[in-house]
Amino acid sequence: MKINHKTQTHHLENGLTVLTREMHHVPIVSQWIWYRIGSRNEVPGITGISHWVEHMQFKGTPSYPIHELDAAISRNGGVWNAMTSLDWTTYYETLPANKIDIALDLEADRMTNSVFDINEVELERNVVISEREGNQNEPLFQLSESVRKAAFAQHSYATQVIGELVDLKAITRADLFRHYQDYYTPNNAVLVLAGDFDTAALLEKITNRYGGTQSNSVRTPTLLPEKTINQTAVIEKEGPGDTIYLQISYRAPSARLDDFFSLLVLDSLLTGPSSIAMFGGGSVSNKVSRLYQQIVETDLAVAVSGGLQATIDPYLYEILAILPPEKNTKQVIHAIDKQIAILQDNLVKQSEIDRAIKQAKALFAYGSESITNQAFWMGYASMFADHTWFDTYISRIENITPAMVQYAAQHYLDPSHRIIGIYRPAKKEGTLH
Amino acid sequence: MSKTIAPLSNVPGPENITSFILPNGIRVFSFHNPNVRSMVLIGILGGGARLDTADRVGLAHFTANSLSRGTRDYNFQAFHHQLESIGANLSFGCGTQHAWMNAKSLREDADTVFYLAAQGLRFPRFEEKYINRLRAQLLAGLAIRDQDTEERASMRFDQMLYQGHPYGFPVDGFTETIQAINSAEIIHFHHRHYHPEQLTMVVAGAVLPQRVKQLTEKYFADWEASRQPDAPIPPLPQPPTQLLQEHTTLAGKSQADLVMGTFGPARMDADFLPAYLGNHILGQFGLMGRIGKIVRSQSGLAYYASSSISAWADVGAWSFSAGVNPANKDKVVNLIRTQIAEFITNPVTKEELTNSASHLIGRMPMSLESNEGIANAILRMVRFDLGLDYYQNYASIIQSITAKDILVAAKKYLNPDMLLISSAGP
Repeated sequence: MKINHKTQTHHLENGLTVLTREMHHVPIVSQWIWYRIGSRNEVPGITGISHWVEHMQFKGTPSYPIHELDAAISRNGGVWNAMTSLDWTTYYETLPANKIDIALDLEADRMTNSVFDINEVELERNVVISEREGNQNEPLFQLSESVRKAAFAQHSYATQVIGELVDLKAITRADLFRHYQDYYTPNNAVLVLAGDFDTAALLEKITNRYGGTQSNSVRTPTLLPEKTINQTAVIEKEGPGDTIYLQISYRAPSARLDDFFSLLVLDSLLTGPSSIAMFGGGSVSNKVSRLYQQIVETDLAVAVSGGLQATIDPYLYEILAILPPEKNTKQVIHAIDKQIAILQDNLVKQSEIDRAIKQAKALFAYGSESITNQAFWMGYASMFADHTWFDTYISRIENITPAMVQYAAQHYLDPSHRIIGIYRPAKKEGTLH
Repeated sequence: MSKTIAPLSNVPGPENITSFILPNGIRVFSFHNPNVRSMVLIGILGGGARLDTADRVGLAHFTANSLSRGTRDYNFQAFHHQLESIGANLSFGCGTQHAWMNAKSLREDADTVFYLAAQGLRFPRFEEKYINRLRAQLLAGLAIRDQDTEERASMRFDQMLYQGHPYGFPVDGFTETIQAINSAEIIHFHHRHYHPEQLTMVVAGAVLPQRVKQLTEKYFADWEASRQPDAPIPPLPQPPTQLLQEHTTLAGKSQADLVMGTFGPARMDADFLPAYLGNHILGQFGLMGRIGKIVRSQSGLAYYASSSISAWADVGAWSFSAGVNPANKDKVVNLIRTQIAEFITNPVTKEELTNSASHLIGRMPMSLESNEGIANAILRMVRFDLGLDYYQNYASIIQSITAKDILVAAKKYLNPDMLLISSAGP
């Protein structure tokens, strides 16, 4: 096996951080560039701007005009895309190892040279609004949007990454370009490469491409992390369909804290194991989990899941249950609360934690077997901590004790500090109730 | 700068795929991947939704999903405790043509996964309690599907294309058919259609071929062959001869989804690959090909707009889809029709041909990087009788396709005035 799991860190003089990991088992390289800019950095009036800028990064530079930009990677057998999240925006290309130069050129170029043509801005406004309209078709998007607004008093995590429609209609080309110039700068970026390359030769190429790029001072948002949800509220929404969605949201700790790992194990016990990698690799079902047993095996609901995102500031831990229309949400909430109370009042058996550790190890192995995923993980971890977060992921989970799980249940799953969101089918005309 | 030349050993082929057939007819293919800690087991067999009848649409799906709800040796709880305790996954399902299984585990847990896979396929309990619980879950899934504009547009397109033929049935059924299916019907379907003669399994990952053979023999060799012939599938309908448009109204939605198209080549037709490469130019390359360029990039009318070819052994569909503001739906339909008209009139350019061929060839190592990718590639070669050297010859096969081949295929299947157009939304 020729996988070198050692990450090398390099810093260019302009502040660009470069992470490399050589893996020679297949002739592929995956390049990711991560910018510390996401909806976290946005304020009312420009919500959604980070995501829109991401779209504009596919609209061309003088060297790579629109359409040439996407053709360049594709014709070289590469796949590429981009994503915007709460804390970051990232662009990636995975392609044959002997074609890496084109990806290096392209990302270095569009860090500073994107055109933001006014006509393209207007066309993309429609595309982004269309994307939002597609999201709005989903009951869960509607519910989540309302729950997040209630869960944060001030913090920008309250807003969906795609932004508010009113802002998407109002943002100007000048707003977009300013955002791009402010945040797309080497000292706000982490460049990650994994795959079949020679690190020394690669670094020379990177230095040639990025070395002359000036860094800017980056405005960091003056955000006060919201450590608790200062209320307990029930948000009810109604809409078409025959499905009830019940979402219970608690404050989750920053991924930088040990508590995050305790909550990860707690979530595994409650709703089943889940990978926090955003690039698949595999999954494990949750039928043995406590909440599946208590609300699905008792026919109170048809599905349950949990969600925890790794973020800079405290975000949300969410439990989602899906109910047929005739079922009672109060019974489900009661059953969930009862299970959480058991975890708050009692130490779980070590064997349960051992199972969660085994599951986490398996998911981690599945999620880090591909070169694209290796590069993803290194950069992803760097957005809220640093790459050692990825390297120590398993050992930190192995250190979780029953007492730490109990503390996480007591501290984070407090029923007096949470938002409950319920989406119910609208009553149909002529239906007797 | 690369230290390695494209390693042939990473592309599955006759010299690195190990295969054998058990006396009961089970075919097994394995590929050892020493670079990973996990293994993937996939398989297909009879029991696809094409065997459903109009009053029991969803029976094949219901049956497949029942296989993991308890078996001869393990009740539901114990079955999933075994799996989840080792961080493994095992699921059963079905498509139109086949039932399938899909499993993944760490290499040290291969024995458990083979054992439970055999249990599920061979000895499901079909307990009434779990059938009814699964029914509630399937009905909830249908309720969610019925509010999904993309799903509804696609489902209606299939129904329009196949005109009552089982290939047009939604695999997951309808509310009324799922409500009507009883446990006796599920047991009968399993008894009638799950047999070793039709089972093909592929294993890829950190398990040696000898171990795969040992485990297959241990858990599957005594499965007795007893297959009866399936009922004949009705003849396929004719392609559309005019434009036919239908809209499914869904209240409370902001966006409409659109699916339009007609029949395409079957996977084993000689013109499949020319059509596939042509479709890549038309609606896939870069940001969704010519269709994406005109609809999204140049007109800003949709977040997504692309084309695709889906093909089985005996038939295929060539379709175009987009998510649009309802006010722009007709504009998008017309833009796509204009692109189709151009595509069947003039050959693709040399540059387009070179670009798309390079992309398809260049991305192959990426699609074969994961165990899942390798296993599915092997299954595809076997299922469609492509030859085990298909991916090793893939580059030359793709490079041999000409613009004329593509034009001939395009003219054969596409006509902008003979399309089915399905949309769903407000």
